Amino acid sequence: MTQAEAVNTSANYLPILFQLIVAGGFGVGTIIITHLIGPKVKTENKLGSFESGIEVIGNARQPFSIKYFMVAILFVLFDIEVIFMYPWAVNFRQFGLSGLLEMFIFMALLLLGFIYVIKKRALEWD
Amino acid sequence: MELAFIIEKFALVILIFVVTLVIAMYSTLAERKVAGFMQDRYGPDRAGPFGMLQPLCDGGKFFFKEEIIPAGAHKALFILGPTIAIITACISSAVIPWGRDLTIAGRVVPLQVADINVGILYVFGVVALGVYGIMLGGWASNNKFSLMGAVRAASQSISYEIAMGLSIIAMLMVTQTLSLREIVEQQAGFNWNIWVQPLGFLIFCTCAFAECNRVPFDLPECETELIGGYHTEYSSMKLGLYMFSEYINMFVSSAVMVTLYFGGYNFPFIDSLGLSPNLLAILGMVIFFLKIFAFIFFFMWIRWTLPRFRYDQLMNLGWKMLIPLSIANIVLTGVITIVKDTFF
Repeated sequence: MTQAEAVNTSANYLPILFQLIVAGGFGVGTIIITHLIGPKVKTENKLGSFESGIEVIGNARQPFSIKYFMVAILFVLFDIEVIFMYPWAVNFRQFGLSGLLEMFIFMALLLLGFIYVIKKRALEWD
Repeated sequence: MELAFIIEKFALVILIFVVTLVIAMYSTLAERKVAGFMQDRYGPDRAGPFGMLQPLCDGGKFFFKEEIIPAGAHKALFILGPTIAIITACISSAVIPWGRDLTIAGRVVPLQVADINVGILYVFGVVALGVYGIMLGGWASNNKFSLMGAVRAASQSISYEIAMGLSIIAMLMVTQTLSLREIVEQQAGFNWNIWVQPLGFLIFCTCAFAECNRVPFDLPECETELIGGYHTEYSSMKLGLYMFSEYINMFVSSAVMVTLYFGGYNFPFIDSLGLSPNLLAILGMVIFFLKIFAFIFFFMWIRWTLPRFRYDQLMNLGWKMLIPLSIANIVLTGVITIVKDTFF
């Protein structure tokens, strides 16, 4: 197989499927085996949640800090902007100076948003 | 698609899978041995000579332990969590080039499972999926500690993914390709990317620690605060799969760091040795693994050197230090490259 052929054919992705099959087989297989051979002595205390031996109060499915949600939203925003840079980075030498300046403008806008987020104290944790 | 190709790839996949598992198993021993060495004690030494059989005993024990699924847990997701964690950990190594091509009976066998042109992006995609395993397992347990661990894991790994992506962009500006095979070929001899991207490497390395949930970024599972973090309620092989996937992630991220920044299977004077190509390929692979082991040792060294971050310190480092630094790195790389291209 030459280098030119090695690019862009779906056959190249096929071995990943093989690896997925092997890894999945291992994961599922070990879980099934341990399920079959392990002892099964279920008691009420054993099946309760473990909270350092203290009696469990309420359910764990309760609201938690909104900050985590903020981080997730900001991640989506910034990560998409980062994804836009990949094709540029791979070809950036062909674009030369003008391409670099254009990307700097894009990055300045990104940074502006970033500074706004910090000034809004969206990433403060106290 | 001929049969020989399928057999060859399956053989390679299984070989790599077994090697990965063995390395993950022995990393657990190495971790304890290194801890012993750092703290001036022996570490495990009872099972076999120098405790060499310890990982086998531990592995066997996982199989024969009782499997407990808490009454309040979401059963399907509780089982799905560790399965996803182990699968994503195992398939992320698919694009790493382990050595030069071997020639066996006139057939060229590349020591790489899949040479795809989006190599690095594949690794990122799979690593990003890995957080689902932790998140689902932690939420499904219906335990407050697990939930805290899961939420911390998710927000930590997405925060450091941005800086990681940005540090890679600066490297792509140097390499001009996403294929890991080509990136390694470009670093022939001693032209390693670490010399041109030292800052990028530092950022990438820090983020790799955070993505692997290793000390000092082990907040998702810190024993002193959260019992076991996201795997508090897990037992038997499901706990084993989580631990395995963690060590496999450490191995794979070491391999990625070596591939991207430390020349992969290249070493100085590789072509002046006058050896046959097959021998060189194997020698290169041995060197590659030695570099990986050096990184794994580094991971363990850090564990016994640095204390754990507080949560706000972790977030501040990720968002307010690493992201601006990696953007500065991109700007610097861009300007230097363009100046070089235009004037020299």
